[in-house]
Amino acid sequence: MELNAKVPDGPIEKKWDRHRFELKLVNPANKRKYNVIIVGSGLAGASAAATMAELGYNVQCFCYNDSPRRAHSIAAQGGINAAKNYQGDGDSIHRLFYDTVKGGDFRAREANVHRLAELSVNIIDQCVAQGVPFAREYSGYLSNRSFGGAQVSRTFYARGQTGQQLLLGAYQALEKEVRSGRVRMYTRHEMLDLVLIEGRARGIVTRDMVTGAIESWVADAVVLATGGYSNVFFLSTNAKACNVTAIWRAHRKGAGLANPCFTQIHPTCIPQSGDYQSKLTLMSESLRNDGRIWVPLRAGDQRPPHEIPDAERDYYLERFYPSFGNLAPRDISSRRAKEMVDEGRGVGPSGVGVYLDFRDAIERLGRDVIEERYGNLFDMYLNITGENPYDVPMRIYPAPHYTMGGLWVDYNLMSTIPGLYVAGEANFSDHGANRLGASALMQGLADGYFVLPVTMGDYLAGTTFEKVDTGHAAFRDVEREVQQRTQQYLDIGGTRSVAELHRELGQIMWDYCGMARSEEGLKTALQRIPELRERFWRELRVPGSAATLNQSLEAAGRLADFLEFAELMCFDALDRDESCGGHFRVEHQTDDGEALRNDDEFTHVSVWEYKGAGNTPVKHREELTFENVKLAQRSYK
Amino acid sequence: MNLTLHVWRQDGPRDEGRFEMYRAEGVSEHMSFLEMLDVVNERLTADGHEPIVFDHDCREGICGACGFVINGEPHGPLPETTVCQLHMRHYRDGDELWIEPWRATAFPVLRDLSVDRSALDRLIQAGGYISAATGSAPDANAVLIPKGSLERAMDAAACIGCGACVAACPNASAMLFTGAKVGHLGLLPQGQPERYTRVVEMVATHDDEGFGHCTNHGACETACPKGISVDYIAMLNADLRRSRFRQAGD
Repeated sequence: MELNAKVPDGPIEKKWDRHRFELKLVNPANKRKYNVIIVGSGLAGASAAATMAELGYNVQCFCYNDSPRRAHSIAAQGGINAAKNYQGDGDSIHRLFYDTVKGGDFRAREANVHRLAELSVNIIDQCVAQGVPFAREYSGYLSNRSFGGAQVSRTFYARGQTGQQLLLGAYQALEKEVRSGRVRMYTRHEMLDLVLIEGRARGIVTRDMVTGAIESWVADAVVLATGGYSNVFFLSTNAKACNVTAIWRAHRKGAGLANPCFTQIHPTCIPQSGDYQSKLTLMSESLRNDGRIWVPLRAGDQRPPHEIPDAERDYYLERFYPSFGNLAPRDISSRRAKEMVDEGRGVGPSGVGVYLDFRDAIERLGRDVIEERYGNLFDMYLNITGENPYDVPMRIYPAPHYTMGGLWVDYNLMSTIPGLYVAGEANFSDHGANRLGASALMQGLADGYFVLPVTMGDYLAGTTFEKVDTGHAAFRDVEREVQQRTQQYLDIGGTRSVAELHRELGQIMWDYCGMARSEEGLKTALQRIPELRERFWRELRVPGSAATLNQSLEAAGRLADFLEFAELMCFDALDRDESCGGHFRVEHQTDDGEALRNDDEFTHVSVWEYKGAGNTPVKHREELTFENVKLAQRSYK
Repeated sequence: MNLTLHVWRQDGPRDEGRFEMYRAEGVSEHMSFLEMLDVVNERLTADGHEPIVFDHDCREGICGACGFVINGEPHGPLPETTVCQLHMRHYRDGDELWIEPWRATAFPVLRDLSVDRSALDRLIQAGGYISAATGSAPDANAVLIPKGSLERAMDAAACIGCGACVAACPNASAMLFTGAKVGHLGLLPQGQPERYTRVVEMVATHDDEGFGHCTNHGACETACPKGISVDYIAMLNADLRRSRFRQAGD
């Protein structure tokens, strides 16, 4: 496996401009002769599909939901960053670039991050033109708020529904192109494998989730915009169907998988309430602008919150990080919450939680202002917990939320398989070891609206494609494999449901590869995962048939891939013998409990090559150089 | 608490459906309605039966995938709440619940509680967008938008496309869905150039898809999990009338 990041020469602020000029172009009249498959219709997938179609390419877009508008990007609440500097508070492209590299704990590729910061301003323009109703001031100008890990207000938002509004913008642009005939949209189709011909990505095999039909689709290039893999933990803030299958199947076909152990545990989620729990709900990080996080000073203090006087409260983030306070980055805030709970100072019935208190903000600003800013989030919390956050503090606890790791891509967003592009959360590129709040929406849209439509043209223009159709032997072979695999789940005939087995996997991952990881724990996980996988293939029960809408069967396939992927994730976590960002190895911490990087040995991207089932994967490295941001220990004090 | 459920089971679009009875036992008040169904499904699976099929994904009330009718009410009894956000503390021990899919000609049942809502996507294709090709946008602050219009546009844009409005309507009309999109885009300066062609084309597609006409019952607003007002239907009607006096492209 050869890793050539293809980062253009020249000063960092000129790279993207120069690169765009040097890339080959496809003549407008020839674009319709190229077929592009896009898997996934979230922010990255829908924006790429719409833009590629506007340019004139033939696009086929696939999603497993009943409409592209359901993609999980829709659930992002807080906002999207952009270096507009509308507030005149010292923001700039360079500052957003700097904050993102630093926030990612120096494990991202500088050139990609800089491009992201440059494109952030175009995204806001594009979205406003589409009719995205970002919040505004009475003057009619756009409004901003601040987010964790930043000291400027650069976050644009649409109430607590920013992801929804951005996704609907991209979805509407996509549907416009469905109408034009340049996009063919296939809903309720799940990609189950990738097809390579002569080493290039030339198509996919899907299952029609209503009829069960296994079908092949051919193209000149394939984009995976299939999201992250937080559901490896079973309980996460991701939608129920989010899965690793598309990128794992591509990995098995030769795509390098980068930094799978970089996962983000979001600090502000509603704590678990029982064994039946099916997912965890995020409370937007924007709440930390006005809410104060605390636990009782004394372990085991059982008094209700309003009876605990200020002197007996520990506003621990404000204590540890006076300059960032409650807005410390996500990884740090999460770890500190775990520490409080481990010290016996957790709150709520289970003792697994901390308070997020709006008492002071309501006193200072009035209830109306708080309601305008966070009304829908407060309603959501009340709905789920039965407690009113205007009267009692919210209880929150960290939960798996986002995965920075993903398929390795070069500067053009192409994976190690020629013709296979990866966008959005599914790739590894921009967030290093920790993503800052309000940056996921930015990356998904930058990739889809502005990067892929430019870089894919270069590949298409520069490649001679053998004419193939779905009758090609490569498609027939993969179809047969997919058919057999699907039937196997039904044939096991055990006694345990997919959800039961998935919960078991989630528990292993949370205990040993969650917020704190140790060599011993990871070795335990690496022993238990193969055992569980073996039991999966013996004990699973999937009722029904493959020829109907069968949700257990869909979930079984996803879990089978998670069970393989989980092992690689732990393997990577064990190999990365340092702490950085969301990857916290307990062996490596400073005296005051901060992540301690080992820059001499680990200033690289770990890219794993699949070597067959049961064989040890091989690690390749992309060395990272920091020429524009000085490598330093992160400090938010 | 223990509940008795009567759930609509239907094998496929062309099969006959029927209600089947299940007991949900030991239900915790903290469970969401869908988690309660998860538990029922786990037991069905353990007993070798096929679980109840229902659409769902985010379970946060925003993706719009979930939704079915509980005792005659789309998304159940709570105002402005999807079934994934409806918690069992709103029910009492011994309650008997009738659970069935959205009923509308334009939404054929696929299986059990899952219906085909692709007609809503086709409604958006008919004009529910602003044609702004990527790269053509001016600076985001170049056009100012009064906060009042912006907030009203946002109220309409909050639609999650779940289809409850159609299920609630005695005519199975999708006018609230259509009006919300016409309202969202029509209230913004960017939406003006296509404002009148949009409304004409969306209404024509609405009727072609087999949705019924709006006769001002207002059941849609009551059922809407995002509380979208029927005022948007009035705005749609006003725009539809005005469109008669305009040339295409005005």
